[in-house]
Amino acid sequence: MPEACANLVVKRFFTFAGPPHELILESGERLGPVTVAYETIGALSPKRDNAVLVVHALTGDSHVAGCYTAEDSRPGWWDIMVGPGKAIDTGRYFVICANVLGGCMGSTGPSSLNPATGRPYGLDFPLVTIGDMVTVQKALLDHLGISRLLAVVGGSVGGMQVLTWCARYPEMVRAAIPLATTPRHSAQAIAFNEVARQAIMADPHWRGGHYYEAGAKPDLGLAVARMIGHITYLSNESMRRKFGRQLKSRDALSFHFDAGFEVESYLRYQGNKFVERFDANSFLYLTKAADYFDLDDYASDDGFEGAETSFLVVAFTSDWLYPTEQSRTLVRQLKRSGLDVSFCEIESDWGHDAFLLPSERLHNLVAAFLDRIHREGG
Amino acid sequence: MRFDLKIIASWIEPGSRVLDLGCGEGELLRYLKEHKGVKATGIEKDEAEVAVCISRGLSVLQGDFNQEVADYQPASFDYVILSQTLQQVYEPVTLINALLAIGKKVIVSFPNFSYWRIRLHLLFAGCAPKSKELPYEWYNTPNIRVITMKDFRNFARDNGIAILREAAINTHRQQATGHLVHFLPDLRATYGIFLIGRTSPFRGRPPAG
Repeated sequence: MPEACANLVVKRFFTFAGPPHELILESGERLGPVTVAYETIGALSPKRDNAVLVVHALTGDSHVAGCYTAEDSRPGWWDIMVGPGKAIDTGRYFVICANVLGGCMGSTGPSSLNPATGRPYGLDFPLVTIGDMVTVQKALLDHLGISRLLAVVGGSVGGMQVLTWCARYPEMVRAAIPLATTPRHSAQAIAFNEVARQAIMADPHWRGGHYYEAGAKPDLGLAVARMIGHITYLSNESMRRKFGRQLKSRDALSFHFDAGFEVESYLRYQGNKFVERFDANSFLYLTKAADYFDLDDYASDDGFEGAETSFLVVAFTSDWLYPTEQSRTLVRQLKRSGLDVSFCEIESDWGHDAFLLPSERLHNLVAAFLDRIHREGG
Repeated sequence: MRFDLKIIASWIEPGSRVLDLGCGEGELLRYLKEHKGVKATGIEKDEAEVAVCISRGLSVLQGDFNQEVADYQPASFDYVILSQTLQQVYEPVTLINALLAIGKKVIVSFPNFSYWRIRLHLLFAGCAPKSKELPYEWYNTPNIRVITMKDFRNFARDNGIAILREAAINTHRQQATGHLVHFLPDLRATYGIFLIGRTSPFRGRPPAG
């Protein structure tokens, strides 16, 4: 992709909340210093009115788009949406994306060194919430001198951060695009996350979370956790179309427990690939933060008092992890608050994952909505 | 723009808040936004049409307006518009009361079933009338309600609804041209358009137009 590689980006780091000014988390615990890894694309306008914060989903990172080097063949996770001339046009907007607190892609998390012990935190890392992640993003924006966002955009767990931004800092957010998300984690979503966590904690290499210096990591547990997650990101229809009952390189059943079906092989591949880039403890913390998420903790029952944020809410028909009805619940709350809200349910067979896949409809919606907000004067 | 929408647009005060139910591709809302500076909101159930509206810079919700209207605060809008749809509504009394709660004024338009051609069709052909405005058979029509302009006036009177303004027009379903009907409107109009409100300052007066 030569076009993507023309768009070079740099991962940067911002450290704050050093003792004695530690961050006070929602749990009441103190955490510091805190480092946040972030990337920016495009140029901040002289009036500082074109900043778009993109927030990533559960296992994403700050590398939203572009490449680190000209030879890099793998652009960021939302390169189809973010870039020059794309829906989130970095020729017009200054895009910021940061790795979440609790993550393992450069921001402080359970795999970071605990200054009190000089060793990785492990489970000594305090539980963090979606609100804590937003607090850290706010500190980053203060550091960058950005006091107003043209838009906050994100899908899934990123969408939860979008909503929290709107509830916590309504005066800072001109527009919001929560995609394939929910105003509160359902029992079903919590249940899947719990099974995934149990898979990690049941791995003998997990060692109560203190595996960093032991040599072996809980790779099997983390791979199973990822396989569970992957099932919830797809749909019955997308699995039928992608795999059906197809066998892998055989034309008859093998009568043993190797990955015989294509779908088994796919899940194993996704699980094994994931352990190379992700930390098991981070997975525990981030899924817990998602489970704790309830927008009512940040917004009053009447919703977003004093807010003048415009919303574009998008759901996907086959998303059963955060079904359309949960987006509709959000839309109802926004309407009751008298906010300007657009809502579209996009027909898609690709399940929850749809928000990350190429979709002309989604791209047009996002591009036009941002264009309108920008033209209206941000 | 469709002729009936031109009439409706002419009734809207500049700078007001407007909700259009079943807004399609947002033709009326876009006109009102550009020419009258209104704060425009639409509800439309078709995904493709919603996408067109949003790509035109409008605020539109995808959904069934019968349900969607329930979630707004009272008097959220200066005008709520229900154009050429009342004849398809399953619970019109519930809906119109809901509209009068969320909108200060409501504009309703519908095909006038007392149009002379329809009367003659029933009289001479002996079949459920079909027309350019109502082109369906009895078994496949989405237009489950038969409404005349007189029926609507009676409905308003019986339900404490004030008719603030009324227009009888002669136009065809999707046409941009047409004319106001002043002489024998109930007989000669293909569509009736009513501006209604909750209080009734004009009650008892002969309808304007």
